[in-house]
Amino acid sequence: MKKQRLVVIGNGMAGARVVEEIIERSPDKFEIIMFGAEPYGNYNRISLSNVLNQTKTVEDIFINPLDWYQKNNILLYTGARVVAIDRKDRRVLARKLTDGEAAYLHDAPTRTRAGLMEEHYDQLIIATGSRPAVPPLEGFGLAGTFVFRTIDDCRHIAGYAEKCHKAVVMGGGILGLEAARGLLTHHLEVTVLEAAPQLMPAQLDQEAAAILEQSLAAMGIRVLTNVRASRIEGREGRVSGVALSDGRVLETDLVVVSIGIRPITEIAGEAGLAVNKGIICDDQMRTSDPSIFALGECIEHRGKLYGLVEPIWEQARVLADILTSSDPNARYEGTRAGTKLKVMGVELVAIGEKDPSDPADELIVYRDPYRRVYKKLIIRNGQIHGAILLGEIEFADTLLRLYSSGGALPEKHAELLFGSVTGATMINAKDLPDQAQICNCNGVSKRVIVDAIVNKGCSSVSAVGDKTKAGKGCGSCKGLIAQLIEWKRGQVEYDPRENYYVPGVPLEKSQLVAQIMQKHLTSVSAVFQELASGKEDPDSKTGLASLLKILWPKEYQDERDARFINDRVHANIQKDGTFSVVPRVYAGVITPQELMKIAQVAQKYNVPMVKLTGGQRIDLLGVKKEDLPHMWKDLGMPSGHAYAKTMRTCKSCVGIDFCRYGLGASIKLASVIEHRFQGIETPHKMKMAVAGCPRNCSEALIKDVGVVAIEGGKWEVYIGGGAASIIRKADLLCVEESEEAVVRTIGRFMQYYREHAKYAERTYSFVARLGVEVLKNILIKDSLGINAQLDERMQTAVDAYCDPWQEADIPAYPSQFEGPQLVQVLKDVENNG
Amino acid sequence: MSEPIVVDLGPLAQIAQGQGKCFEIKGQRVAVFHGRDGKVYAIQHTCPHRGGPLADGLMGDGLVICPNHGHKFNLSTGEGSEPGERVKVYPARIVNGMIQLEFLA
Ligand SMILES: Cc1cc2nc3c(=O)[nH]c(=O)nc-3n(C[C@H](O)[C@H](O)[C@H](O)COP(=O)(O)OP(=O)(O)OC[C@H]3O[C@@H](n4cnc5c(N)ncnc54)[C@H](O)[C@@H]3O)c2cc1C
Ligand code: SF4
Ligand code: FES
Repeated sequence: MKKQRLVVIGNGMAGARVVEEIIERSPDKFEIIMFGAEPYGNYNRISLSNVLNQTKTVEDIFINPLDWYQKNNILLYTGARVVAIDRKDRRVLARKLTDGEAAYLHDAPTRTRAGLMEEHYDQLIIATGSRPAVPPLEGFGLAGTFVFRTIDDCRHIAGYAEKCHKAVVMGGGILGLEAARGLLTHHLEVTVLEAAPQLMPAQLDQEAAAILEQSLAAMGIRVLTNVRASRIEGREGRVSGVALSDGRVLETDLVVVSIGIRPITEIAGEAGLAVNKGIICDDQMRTSDPSIFALGECIEHRGKLYGLVEPIWEQARVLADILTSSDPNARYEGTRAGTKLKVMGVELVAIGEKDPSDPADELIVYRDPYRRVYKKLIIRNGQIHGAILLGEIEFADTLLRLYSSGGALPEKHAELLFGSVTGATMINAKDLPDQAQICNCNGVSKRVIVDAIVNKGCSSVSAVGDKTKAGKGCGSCKGLIAQLIEWKRGQVEYDPRENYYVPGVPLEKSQLVAQIMQKHLTSVSAVFQELASGKEDPDSKTGLASLLKILWPKEYQDERDARFINDRVHANIQKDGTFSVVPRVYAGVITPQELMKIAQVAQKYNVPMVKLTGGQRIDLLGVKKEDLPHMWKDLGMPSGHAYAKTMRTCKSCVGIDFCRYGLGASIKLASVIEHRFQGIETPHKMKMAVAGCPRNCSEALIKDVGVVAIEGGKWEVYIGGGAASIIRKADLLCVEESEEAVVRTIGRFMQYYREHAKYAERTYSFVARLGVEVLKNILIKDSLGINAQLDERMQTAVDAYCDPWQEADIPAYPSQFEGPQLVQVLKDVENNG
Repeated sequence: MSEPIVVDLGPLAQIAQGQGKCFEIKGQRVAVFHGRDGKVYAIQHTCPHRGGPLADGLMGDGLVICPNHGHKFNLSTGEGSEPGERVKVYPARIVNGMIQLEFLA
């Protein structure tokens, strides 16, 4: 039987792939003739980004070298462009390109056949792909202006870059960014211009784009958004600059334009095939002419254009099934594909829609601005509707698979972003008796809360709080309130305010941190100004102050009005407006001289009560504000921070120094810990203890951080214990071999807590919320690779520490230590006002 | 009923911005605040709840929060956040950088 002649126009990803698929199904059915405008065999175009950034060579990316075509009896015309399809005679006409002529240019329609190659076809496949869009821009075409599509483009850019210092990439889409990253490896200063207000506007929401911009900035790529190039300037025929729409001129030696792609459709159009934006194909890849097929970037299928390879693989399978009749009913029904940015140092996958558009869409967002991680998942009707994974993409494959297949999602949707976690089950509030007290801080019973839910229309935890005060104290009962809402209403409504870090700035902690760092806000008033339209919410001040102090150990501007009175005057306010003075007694060890000093001071200032505290300190209670600085000076001891949300005390047993059971030098270690971490600001107070053996006389297992000496000179480090409004036994974080290692691990935990806990969240809630396994992974196994940074930031905080009681000499603000000022009204003045 | 008298409390600069200070005038304690908005406010110093020192409270957005249990009071009207609680308000103004208070003896 005579073989049918199959002609393929375009030897790119789609053309070569469909031929592979056909040969695999029936190697002998067709005599195959291919035209490729590029002078090579077939290569993996998507790897050009890797070639430009020098992680691959051109040789690495060839898929089918020229001898593959020979072996399979394929006649390949390289460097030959088909210029016309003659449907009447079933022929294609092609022109040999001259050396260096760009593959994707457009030939004017030909009338003459002179000098052209001709091939007859029975079946024709058009796989011409697309060409880079080129702006109608003055100066484009000067030496040093490039697009980025082919091996030749890549070589030309790399060659030209040798002589250059600066480059501008026009277009902040995927290809533009990949080109920018590639140029960086050629030691150029790179600027990316994007006309939209953000990078990758097609795939990313604003927030992800902002983080991406930061990541790129960190690697040295400058990004300018909201600008267009208005002209490319040249000197002696070469690029010298880019003039921008805002009047600026960027100096540059090289310009890469990457502003989009356009399907190559002209030969199809001129042959009378139906063409819209792309060549129109049905579900069997057939064009409007039944013997002409098309696939790849040049087509439009069900109104859609694709710029990715995944659809091509599916189209190639369907078309091969049809042409070889292996499955005459095969159909291509469209592809749901995600995109991945191939920029070294940035991990980014974007899938589907970037924002929810239906009120019923479920939205899960996670951010960690410190590591520039952002994850977002949009679920609609139980299916993935969109997702963005930035900075951490280990679950991208699963997401992509579920997205393209429309498969069923796991019950806990958050597992799609984080993997599965096992959390302990709690009691359910619906099983409690009616009169049971749910909120212990404000004394609110289950009955009152249920009444608010059922009869007063409260459907969110904060709404219940507004009505009943439940959950407005320490907040530990919020979970129970949520259970009650779920029980009565089926579903808890999400009130975004619940997750705000402080009530007066409408941002979650991670968002707030990102904004503060991005805008470099170092004072509370600046945060109100920039992020809360200038509204100074008094309930938000202390939380913001705490956070800013953590974020900017050195630059923080301490506006004292933003701090609670305790932190203004470094003493704990008492019920009658007096204060308490607690000097620091490292590890609870005190000298006779210090004891005498304290006694003298107590006498001199008539201190109403001297009391020993649970933290092994001496508390002088009932002190007047105006006496504070004088007492501090007389004491000559540093502040014990008994008033602040900081590391407070590290108490200790006597341990090896005196105790007959002692295994470790608990006093020494406690003292080292206390010296290092004293006064370090934390989301809530932190109490610590060191015990010299597992008998645990210093109660280390109910401390925020507890350290216990064990046999073999080792130390156990416990976290998240507490004996306060709740009792929680601490979790074992790790066993360390040396005191230095203990101190380092504590520092890491503290820093992580500082950065991630909510304001006023004790470690016992924080550790319970995250789970110690998660913290072990992060802090011990360094699963996120952040430990070195945590150490560094903690060190900066330690270095920035100074004893606040030094304000005894130089008050921080007027009237800081003044009591009520007596005003003498000498004579009654006439009211002339 | 006695006539209001005008009392000079001295320079505004003695009170840090965004904070309050307590003055005792004829046995009455008055908390005077220097807002970040540049205005002065004066209210009764002693919290009607359980006597907390209102001059030591956090202020902002026209309110002060008592440091002891967090009840709030409107600095201009004296109205409290809790039912039945209200503080006395004293008209106050700044004249040439000095604080003047109208006071009913
Ligand atoms: C730098 C870069 C990185 C990319 N990264 C990714 C990625 O990470 N993931 C992804 O999914 N996609 C990526 N893409 C897109 C992907 O490469 C394209 O979707 C894919 O190559 C399209 O295949 P195609 O065969 O339709 O077109 P092409 O691969 O462009 O092949 C078409 C071929 O036909 C030739 N041709 C055109 N007209 C004629 C004619 N008249 N006669 C003869 N020959 C002709 C062209 O010269 C070309 O060689 C990337 C693209 C680029 C440029
Ligand atoms: S914890 Fe152990 S070492 Fe410390 S005092 Fe108690 S028994 Fe002695
Ligand atoms: S004393 Fe002011 S709120 Fe209780």
